[in-house]
Amino acid sequence: MQDLTFRVQRYLPGKDSKPYMQEFTVPMRQGLTVLDGLIYIKENLDNTLSFRSSCRMGICGSCGMLINNFPMLACHTPVEELNTDTITVKSLPNFPIIRDLVADLDPLFEKHRSIDPYIVMAETGDLNKLTAQFLQSGEELQSYLQFAYCVKCGLCMAACPTVSTDEFFLGPQPLCQGYRYCTDRRDTGAKQRFEKADSGHGVWLCHLAGACSEACPKGVDPALAIQLLKRAMVFDSLRLRKKPEPATPAQPIAESKPKIEVPEFTVKQ
Amino acid sequence: MTTNATSGENRHLPNRLGIKGWIWGGNYTIERYLYTLHRITGLGLLLYITLHLVMNGFRLGGAESWTDLMSFFSGPGFKFGEYLVMAAFIIHALNGGRLILQHLGYTLGKPKPPVYPYVDSLRRRRPILWIMLFIIAALAIYVLVEFVT
Repeated sequence: MQDLTFRVQRYLPGKDSKPYMQEFTVPMRQGLTVLDGLIYIKENLDNTLSFRSSCRMGICGSCGMLINNFPMLACHTPVEELNTDTITVKSLPNFPIIRDLVADLDPLFEKHRSIDPYIVMAETGDLNKLTAQFLQSGEELQSYLQFAYCVKCGLCMAACPTVSTDEFFLGPQPLCQGYRYCTDRRDTGAKQRFEKADSGHGVWLCHLAGACSEACPKGVDPALAIQLLKRAMVFDSLRLRKKPEPATPAQPIAESKPKIEVPEFTVKQ
Repeated sequence: MTTNATSGENRHLPNRLGIKGWIWGGNYTIERYLYTLHRITGLGLLLYITLHLVMNGFRLGGAESWTDLMSFFSGPGFKFGEYLVMAAFIIHALNGGRLILQHLGYTLGKPKPPVYPYVDSLRRRRPILWIMLFIIAALAIYVLVEFVT
């Protein structure tokens, strides 16, 4: 099999004033992913190469990179699918570079945190104090399940043309997660999220380029979530939004006496 | 929103694509290019309206200055420019209509469990886009014929 040329972005803070590209030759083998190629370079050619990875199976979202000018997970990208012998790997755009291919995802996490990405329960109180699980129909689950698969890899933020021009724009990932919780019947915090998404750098800056959904490696479709969030906000301001019924807790299981008596503990608890 | 989004950039090398990021569609699909085209046609129409208002102001200078100005703008280059304005209007109006519908969540369908290979809502509803592009092309050709004849 033919060797591959990896053109890898290098940048060492304190030494380099700007990033530059370095070429490596990596032997091709069947099933080789871009991450495998980078690991080969680190183990055999240049151990100073820095990149972030963990699970190697597209679950953790650590190895997001710009591969041949498209944001992808390196572990999830077989080089055979790229249909080229030259693979260009850069750090994710729209995120500051820490070193080589390691992007600083802090801006993503800060924006994500700002949209209250958790179930707010104003009436029922603390989730930990509940005595029974909530009932939820299959249809109710489907309304947000797709958006709950987000692994926070940052590829959508790297793909978004609005994020590239407005550093304060909330971006596809936080807005998608905002909608994910707004549409959950257990949640009562839609209003507070609407207020946050209604800012000058909020949901209205999304002009539906669709790049976020195309880049998403988990099929989350943030573009759809953002448009549905817009609809919910418009309908809410016009008082046309159908307020979802609050989730009802399941009845506690009736107490029954075990057929065989459970013996007393013999070890002091 | 009180976000500390730029804090990372103070410590590390900024890597924001800037204006290049929204102009260049790269390897993305047609909606990404329509996003750029919509902005460019919008800016073009804004420029045209500004120039149109300024030129109309020449009417205040009397019939002679107005006639001189009109003779200056009667060349084939300006005629073609007028056609471009009309084409930009057609693209901006029809694509804008699509965007208004889709911004309100219409024509996008419902969330679906992601099953590999993933197909996002925009690609599922791609025929709507092709119909819109066909109408744009038909209108642009019709207007071109009107301008030429």
